[in-house]
Amino acid sequence: MSEKTLVEAINECFHVELERDDSVMVMGEDVGRAGGVFRATAGLRDRFGPDRCVDTPLAEAGILGSAIGLCMAGWRPVCEMQYDAFSYPCLDQLITHVGRYRWRTGGAMEFPLTIRMPYGGGVRAPELHDDSPETYYVHTPGVKVAIPSTPADAKGLLAAAIREPDPVVILEPKLHYRTMRGEVPDGEHVTPLGKARVAREGSDVTLVAYGSMVPLSEQAADELAGEASVEVLDLRSLKPLDEDALLASAAKTGRVVIVQEAPRVAGFGAEIAAILAEKAILDLRSPVLRVTGYDVPYPYWQIEDAYMPSVERVTDAVRKLLRF
Amino acid sequence: MAQVLPDERELRRVIGDGDTIADGEVEGLGEQELVDLYRSMVVLRTYDERSVVYHRQGRIGTYAIFWNHEAMQAGSVYALDRDDWVFPSYRESAIGLLRGMPVETVLSWWRGHPSGWWNPLDYNVASICVPIGTHVPHAVGLAWGKKLRGEKTVAVAYFGDGATSEGAFHEGANFAGVMKAPAILFCNNNQWAISTPVSAQTAAETLADKAVGYGMPGVRVDGGDVLAVYEATREAVERARAGDGPTFIEALSYRAAPHATADDPSAYIDMERVEEERQNECLGRYARYLWRIGVLTDELEEQIRGEALQAMKDGIAAAEAEPSADPELVFRHAYVNPPPSLSEDLAELKRVLGNE
Repeated sequence: MSEKTLVEAINECFHVELERDDSVMVMGEDVGRAGGVFRATAGLRDRFGPDRCVDTPLAEAGILGSAIGLCMAGWRPVCEMQYDAFSYPCLDQLITHVGRYRWRTGGAMEFPLTIRMPYGGGVRAPELHDDSPETYYVHTPGVKVAIPSTPADAKGLLAAAIREPDPVVILEPKLHYRTMRGEVPDGEHVTPLGKARVAREGSDVTLVAYGSMVPLSEQAADELAGEASVEVLDLRSLKPLDEDALLASAAKTGRVVIVQEAPRVAGFGAEIAAILAEKAILDLRSPVLRVTGYDVPYPYWQIEDAYMPSVERVTDAVRKLLRF
Repeated sequence: MAQVLPDERELRRVIGDGDTIADGEVEGLGEQELVDLYRSMVVLRTYDERSVVYHRQGRIGTYAIFWNHEAMQAGSVYALDRDDWVFPSYRESAIGLLRGMPVETVLSWWRGHPSGWWNPLDYNVASICVPIGTHVPHAVGLAWGKKLRGEKTVAVAYFGDGATSEGAFHEGANFAGVMKAPAILFCNNNQWAISTPVSAQTAAETLADKAVGYGMPGVRVDGGDVLAVYEATREAVERARAGDGPTFIEALSYRAAPHATADDPSAYIDMERVEEERQNECLGRYARYLWRIGVLTDELEEQIRGEALQAMKDGIAAAEAEPSADPELVFRHAYVNPPPSLSEDLAELKRVLGNE
């Protein structure tokens, strides 16, 4: 174990996985010479060469489209999309091919590619550097999605994605790339997909969150100390989803608030709420609430704090449920 | 190597018109090879003509016709090695027949039956790409990936004139140039994207001109001349294998049939021009050439056509004999490790269907 920032943990994962499997390659904009705009891929080009850490043309659909062909040639490409909202051109390839190609081959071929990107707001950045696009990805059949909230999981989930035979999208909370430090297992470290984590035990209410909303939910739990015993469930993986953990926590507390940074309508929180309605209705003692971003374009950064789910909004939602 | 029109900005041709334009020849193609090419074209033509009939009879679904595209498909595939990869669009749906794919497989694809979805590794023929031009980066990625592994594999992506307007074409072509991928971008310019003429698709003088912007050679060839197509593709393959990177081939043709069985081109196309093209269609041109040089005989022609027709009859019979597909297949193949929710859905469906 050693203490690392979230982005250092990602970088270490790459060094371990490229060393372990010589079919793993990294590709994207500025990932080689610069080591990535957030330094997630630092040192890879020097260590593994320009063919395994490839500076590509500035073309997100080209990156993902050629990654499909690279899979067919036996590679396991890890594609970096430089920012959340810059990934949208790659959705064409993702929806029309990545999630479908194995199915088209009658299960004969595998497309073990990984797409990773920094996501989320709170970083005082220009427009389209702040989005939470997980719904677009998780809604696409044939594609898996994971979102770490700690340095250890950033390393472990990325390793799981790289080793997974199915395509996986990893969204990394850029807000915490450098501000969050944590103990990270050295060497090979895999966090299996589809296993949620109880970030904090509690008995009165469950906060369901992922990515940067996990530490926020933990702050809200601190704020509520003495008032309510709050459980924080870190989903880690949206697809496959750990329904057992979700239902167990809902059964334990009977009250659920879903905290999601993305806009509300048809967001992943709606999926969680629907599952609770279908499978946990008799365990619930109150309505399921969502604290989310709003259905507007991500705002100017001087007022972005009014958009982001906050400790105040989360504690307010919890208190509503306690009063219900 | 003899060419009637050697300047690559002009249309490369080998086959003459039997009158004022003399026939050329392609070095390395003997009588056997010339007959092989003819057989390939007849297989494709027979497949296409019978498919239109099968559609009218309700035996296959909507079908994208490729009549008069056979020279482009047969000529280019013949220039490849078996290890080389083919990335077809729906216009090349039957191109796998040239790699030994059974007729019933392709017919089953058009029948929407799961047995029509083949394993690309069996033929080095990728899945049919339905959205326009989005497979260009796949072919480029495969070619690049093979090159990184030290293999000599070439990959060809087939697409139409309309595809050159797509972003995926641009990104794929640009990647090919930058990565010096051993890829061939084969554009069958039949001058129509459903009802949109190529003049409304681009302001470029020729589609081959686009290659300049990607740092690769752009070659123009008469797409109705199977020998010219073969020769141009062979040169592109040699360039790719020598490590000199990709080539853009613009094969100029004319869509002398509807876009698909659901299309009525009389609403937008000059039918006189279509009739002219039908008189000069590629299989007839090649057959007349073979007759002129004394390779084709009545017996040979009859035998090749008879075999192709029989293969179609056997193929449709086999496709129609396929047992109904198991609805459980809905849940299979998308994932190696499916999310648990899918097994719940399958159990629910089985219960509702009474197959529990």
